[in-house]
Amino acid sequence: MQFFIFLIVSIILVVASILVIVQRNPVVSALFLIAALCAQAILYLLLNATFLAVIQIIVYAGAIMVLFLFVIMLLNLRKDEFGFEKRKAQRFFGILFAILLLVELGVVIKIGLSKIPSTEFSLDPDFGGVQSIGKALFTDYLLPFELTSVLLLVAMVGAIVLAKKKL
Amino acid sequence: MVPLSYYLFLSGLIFSIGVLGFLIRRNLLVMFMCIELMLNGVNLFLVTFAKKFSSLDGQIFVFLIMTVAAAEAAVGLAIIIAFFRNKKSANVDDLNLMKW
Repeated sequence: MQFFIFLIVSIILVVASILVIVQRNPVVSALFLIAALCAQAILYLLLNATFLAVIQIIVYAGAIMVLFLFVIMLLNLRKDEFGFEKRKAQRFFGILFAILLLVELGVVIKIGLSKIPSTEFSLDPDFGGVQSIGKALFTDYLLPFELTSVLLLVAMVGAIVLAKKKL
Repeated sequence: MVPLSYYLFLSGLIFSIGVLGFLIRRNLLVMFMCIELMLNGVNLFLVTFAKKFSSLDGQIFVFLIMTVAAAEAAVGLAIIIAFFRNKKSANVDDLNLMKW
């Protein structure tokens, strides 16, 4: 049953990801990216990361992608400004290098998998839940957690300054 | 049960699709989305190993990466807006002010 869900969700994820990069219209690309992010949230659920699945949908598919769509609409691109690639050589080498990277990643993963121990760890019942993540964030990872708040503040100030009328 | 390696290969595939899009597209916004795709490929990798080793560290990392992605999206999109205001274009080939 779990394998069946994994199969369907991964097919959706891969197809949506490919559609993101082949669509001409950026709005359609963004909508397919939202579909891909939601599919990935389901994969997180299969991997016992319930908190991350919720955060993925709220923050990624919700907040970040709305920001994307907002900017795309704000720019108000005309059809000829979508920017379609007339360069054959660039596309050829792009596809070539992407396939090379894929093969390389596959080989590395295959080699790496034979090195990791095959012992099965028993999972907590609350593994990846809000309680366990929150406890880890406020004890072991307190400093990085506080630093992210500074990062968000800096990003907010930076975005306001950059978007001012007179740069 | 789904074998661990399937998740790893899937995340490698997502990362490669992101790289492919980044290399062949010239639209700034779509290239930016491809960066998000790559980030998601890596996130899936981390979550898979978090489960494999029954350790929360990977999931905390993913949480922090999402925060960084949000900050990056805010600043990056502001830069794109500033660029569009000056050049009236969203094509990376027009980003040539620093080119000698």
